[in-house]
Amino acid sequence: MVGLAAGATLMVLVPLVAIFGYLVYKGIGSLNWNFLTQIPKPVGETGGGMANAIVGSGMILLIASLIGVPMGIGTGIYLAEFGKKRFGYLIRFTADVLNGVPSIVIGIVAWSLVVVYQKHFSALAGGVALGIMMVPIISRSTEEMLLMVPQSLREAAWGLGIPQWRTTLSITLRTASSGVITAVMLSFARVAGETAPLLFTTLGNKFWNFNMNQETAALPLQIYVYAQSPYDDWHRQAWAGALILIILIVISMSLVRMAASRGVFKGGN
Amino acid sequence: MLKQMNGPLLKTKAQPNSAGPSPEEPAALVPRRKFEHKSSRFADATFRYLMLACALSVLAIVVLIVRELILSSALARHAFGFKFFVTQVWDPVSGDFGALPFIYGTLVSSLLALILAVPLSIGVATFTTELCPQRLRSLLSYVVELLATIPSVIYGLWGMYVLVPFLRQYVQPFLAKYFGWTGLFGGYQFGYSMLAAGIILAIMIIPIVTSITREVMSAVPTAQREGVLAIGATRWEMIRVGVLRNARTGIMGAIILGLGRALGETIAVTMLIGNRPEIAKSLFAPGYTLASVIANEFSEASDDLYLSALVEIGLALFLITLLVNIVAQLMVWSITRGSAQRATA
Amino acid sequence: MGVGIQVNQLNAWFGATHAVHDIQIDITANHATAIIGPSGCGKSTFVRCLNRMHETIPNARVEGTVKIGDTHVYGNGTSAVEIRRRVGMVFQKPNPFPTMSVYDNVAAGLKLNGYRSHRDLDEIVERSLRQAALWDEVKDLLKKKSGASLSGGQQQRLCIARALAVEPEVMLMDEPASALDPISTSKIEDLIFELKQNYTIVIVTHNMQQAARVAEFTAFFLSGKLVEFDKTEKIFTNPGDKRTEDYITGRFG
Repeated sequence: MVGLAAGATLMVLVPLVAIFGYLVYKGIGSLNWNFLTQIPKPVGETGGGMANAIVGSGMILLIASLIGVPMGIGTGIYLAEFGKKRFGYLIRFTADVLNGVPSIVIGIVAWSLVVVYQKHFSALAGGVALGIMMVPIISRSTEEMLLMVPQSLREAAWGLGIPQWRTTLSITLRTASSGVITAVMLSFARVAGETAPLLFTTLGNKFWNFNMNQETAALPLQIYVYAQSPYDDWHRQAWAGALILIILIVISMSLVRMAASRGVFKGGN
Repeated sequence: MLKQMNGPLLKTKAQPNSAGPSPEEPAALVPRRKFEHKSSRFADATFRYLMLACALSVLAIVVLIVRELILSSALARHAFGFKFFVTQVWDPVSGDFGALPFIYGTLVSSLLALILAVPLSIGVATFTTELCPQRLRSLLSYVVELLATIPSVIYGLWGMYVLVPFLRQYVQPFLAKYFGWTGLFGGYQFGYSMLAAGIILAIMIIPIVTSITREVMSAVPTAQREGVLAIGATRWEMIRVGVLRNARTGIMGAIILGLGRALGETIAVTMLIGNRPEIAKSLFAPGYTLASVIANEFSEASDDLYLSALVEIGLALFLITLLVNIVAQLMVWSITRGSAQRATA
Repeated sequence: MGVGIQVNQLNAWFGATHAVHDIQIDITANHATAIIGPSGCGKSTFVRCLNRMHETIPNARVEGTVKIGDTHVYGNGTSAVEIRRRVGMVFQKPNPFPTMSVYDNVAAGLKLNGYRSHRDLDEIVERSLRQAALWDEVKDLLKKKSGASLSGGQQQRLCIARALAVEPEVMLMDEPASALDPISTSKIEDLIFELKQNYTIVIVTHNMQQAARVAEFTAFFLSGKLVEFDKTEKIFTNPGDKRTEDYITGRFG
């Protein structure tokens, strides 16, 4: 029986190794300065890069975090510090529901709210979609981190005559800060690779764009389009783009792990 | 008795017996400073309402989602009614829309994913919680978690250029030769097929099914395990009866959560399933899922009815995944009592 | 100078549990009053009613009046935050803020209430640490050492300094030395001796010898009721109530 279970584990490890292995094998050759700094060449020509997609992704993530981070942390604070029994459960439950909504559906909603309203595609619409997705992730983790702060610290602050709002921000939140930052980075890693919500909100762009009200290139989108194209050179670039994407995600996940293992409190005993 | 207690009890100190505050700072004569005390009532109330607004925003988002889906699909809903879900035809040119092929594709690909993933997940979970040495445990769980961080588009890319050729070259001929009699493995071997989609979905849901299964297995009290061992069971029997059976509900929950994930998965499936709105018995045939048709055709939908039909598909997808996820959450919560506990210290 | 506390018909509940019954007591200014009694007798709950900390617990309720000096603690216009600025509290287990240095811990009550002047803060921090007999031990590491990295006894004195920095009129101490070693305990008892001159002190303790050592007055609580309140000397040599005598002589609790 141990053999079966061990065998299952091995079978699961195989695709993992295969995927990472192929990413490196196929992508590493194309990772060069050109790739990281140039925009795509016209169809049919070889060369060019995904610089605009990388920057575009950054832009969209920025917009997403402006929406998702404050709402997520605020919700987490409410649930941890103020949430009364039944209402708190309702919010928590709703956040879990939101978490499970397929990202393509969120894309439809962002399309309906922003694209239809503005009558054009934009980075803003994509940011709204991703921001919505970030809220439940950040909220859940923030709540957990805040609940881990011992009640005695809050009581010490209240005992000093420090008002509730100041206590929550400067004592409770600050004590849990590295945990909350971890949660935010995790949500980044999660939404950075999302393609579906961007398909008909941000659409993609062959050129540089820094205007959030216009269509913008994004890394996962570019990979998606290139992978399905008939051009070998674009396939090659898709692998390179995928390698960059996974490197960025792995870096942020490792930072998360490092921060988590260092403990929630800074300057502990 | 009381008189005797006087002595040690009543040793009132005339002098402190260790060095007190520094002699040059007599604490007695410090003048009291007057701090202006600003009332914090306004700030506290404002803060509380602000946080409440954030929490309400979560509710607002879900309400918005439902509202937009219902409104934007109105055209199609009025045009087709319930027939929409049982009609097999999907013809944008003539304006005839039916979602049956996509429902079929979603269900079959997800089911296939479950059939492949669940035994493996339970195996991995069992291995990491019960059987493997302590040191390996966190490494293995880290590795499985790593699978969960890979974006869908990368699964799709790998699927297109590694998995599909592999299927085409080795797996499909093998399956056709030895299992063709089942009728599931016939027809032209494109590679891009229900089979490919099912396999990639299986790989994608293994992390979540595994991690929840591990959680519920760990939640089974040691007393249960020991109780079974005490009556002379083997290790495997202990796992089967003492752990797995007890965690049954939770494991069902994990499976259903995995189902929920598979139902909504879009990009990897779109890249591998062939995208043809047909219902075929063979797993080698291309198919189409609810999520894939939206991904493929939304940005090119030329008229309002087309768009509305696609939004209605989105609405259907939303409702299906909502139901599945709620059922799954309830089952998992019943085992692990999902809310975080306040630290007492 | 400290102020007196007048408590009238004080009752407190945890949900449906009636924890504190009809307490009537006058606490003298600039003296130390000890509250003794067996575990669970309501002494901590009573003290937490004095600075409106009891109501921070969900489903907790207080009835009755408490007057600190001229202020009605539970009066209609009085805010709990106001009261807590005037009444300092030291808890059983030291609870310095772990993300802050020693300096910031002491200054927390002031900084987080908007008090900005840096020069003044330096002065106040030094004075509070001296009053808490901690200055010499930390003066070189004020901003470098985190509050949580001190020893247990030092942490508690840090918490005392922190409470003193906001210049309260009353100091409530809930078993401040029970988690500490004898030497630290002794230092804290010395502190209380000194602080009495400027503050009104209420100290909860389950250590009768401690009560006898530091307090002029002692109140004996039992099952949420005030059984006897008198000069410490009288309580320990000639208690009026038999229950007090039983407790003192160790027949229970």
